[in-house]
Amino acid sequence: MEPIIKVFFNFIPALADLPNWLAVTLIGVVLAVGTFLYIAVFTLFGVWLERKISAHMQDRLGPMEVGGWHGWAQTIADTIKLLIKEDIVPEKSDRFLYKFAPYVVFTAVMAAFAVIPWSKKFIPANLNVGLLYIISISSLGVIGILMGGWASNNKWSLYGAMRSAAQMVSYEIPVSLSLISVILITGTLDMQEIVYRQSGTLFSWNIFHYFPFAFLAFIIYFIASLAEANRTPFDLPEAESELVAGFHTEYSGMRWAFFMLSEYANMFVVSAISAVVFFGGWQAPFGFLNFIPGPIWFLGKALILVFVQMWIRWTLPRLRVDQLMYTAWKVLTPFSFALVLFIAFWKVL
Amino acid sequence: MEPNEILFLFIAVATVVSAAIVAFSSKIIHSAFALLASFMGFAALYVYLSAGFLAVTQILIYVGGILILILFGVMMTHGIYDTAKKTAHNALSVSLLGGLAIAAVLLLIITRSPWAPILHKPFQPTTQLIGAAILTNYLLPFEIISVLLLGALIGAVYLARAEDKQK
Repeated sequence: MEPIIKVFFNFIPALADLPNWLAVTLIGVVLAVGTFLYIAVFTLFGVWLERKISAHMQDRLGPMEVGGWHGWAQTIADTIKLLIKEDIVPEKSDRFLYKFAPYVVFTAVMAAFAVIPWSKKFIPANLNVGLLYIISISSLGVIGILMGGWASNNKWSLYGAMRSAAQMVSYEIPVSLSLISVILITGTLDMQEIVYRQSGTLFSWNIFHYFPFAFLAFIIYFIASLAEANRTPFDLPEAESELVAGFHTEYSGMRWAFFMLSEYANMFVVSAISAVVFFGGWQAPFGFLNFIPGPIWFLGKALILVFVQMWIRWTLPRLRVDQLMYTAWKVLTPFSFALVLFIAFWKVL
Repeated sequence: MEPNEILFLFIAVATVVSAAIVAFSSKIIHSAFALLASFMGFAALYVYLSAGFLAVTQILIYVGGILILILFGVMMTHGIYDTAKKTAHNALSVSLLGGLAIAAVLLLIITRSPWAPILHKPFQPTTQLIGAAILTNYLLPFEIISVLLLGALIGAVYLARAEDKQK
């Protein structure tokens, strides 16, 4: 946390006069609230964008009424509706686990924001094991989904939760292996260091290293991350045409909203990891574009990837369960193993 | 008390309480979910020992792998939701004997080992050191573990296939 603390001390010199633990705690609280606000705003924008994109892909207009210009206030109205909705807990559910599950899912996603580098100075916690931390902390979300699916005491929820767990555990392997091939290139797990190793022009980004191996690693990572974020074509956990709504069938109001928030935040997190690991993070593609600040580059790269995720959602149909497992174990995993070997050999040569 | 110590005590108490829930809860599913808290507590304690890599690996393997397997096992077992009590309670004398024996062994280890307080040591990254140690001094154990895991993998595949053939 050292760099971010220094940034805060430069900003507000009075903070440095406080006892160290108080200052650190205050900065931590501010960062957490900031992250939450960012997730909320991103979700508002993301849901609206998703509706508009889906509508235009299907030759419709989407929300047009609320707020005037292209229905921009539609999701805000939806949020107010969710806030004042009744909180329903099924009678025969496991009350404690039912109420606890959204916290676990949301915490897991929000914890991943801790190691995302937004610019040269702004990274909440510059961990030495940053990339590994993200991979490991995202597995917490599966537990939350299993918890919610089980505690609802509903067969749709349980099916959704089981599918989700099986899917996430399987796809974690190609995700980790494709990231390992990048770790081989950069030789570090530190997120900020990974960005620094890609400085220069567009062609020093990892995606162009050892062409085409790193590019294939990105493709594998992207496909597997769609499954990690439960997005179509891998949205079997909440397949609305067969499982009502999957693991969050019984949830309503703000508890449901937190599942939705974590889904959208997860979309952003996986895109942010791609942006950092493969596309040079906050670095500009060419030197003369350096006057545009880092966070804008980083956000731009991540949001483009979020857009691609939405694009794919409204283009491809859902996979069957057997096709899902086939893709993970017989296609993505062997290919990513081969990539790790190829890149390792090339590096030794 | 320093704020650092308060945080440490909080983590330690949370870990112990959740471990107690694992042991004493009457519903097996609650035990399984309480394991999550104790695994996270362990990871936090590793961070206190400035073993960041170990903490992250702990979460990755125990929460991401083993806990999900346990949960799967619990959920796949038929009719486990309706059974109120599955954990058998042994006779007091036998469990007391077992507990005391383990306590004696642990006490022996605690008193014999040379403890080095590292409270004021700066946080040192260990990832590189672990990597170098595995590939130099501990290469043989590392390779043997990989062969063991390969054996387990082949065994699992064989078991899954054998059931398929009987049909």
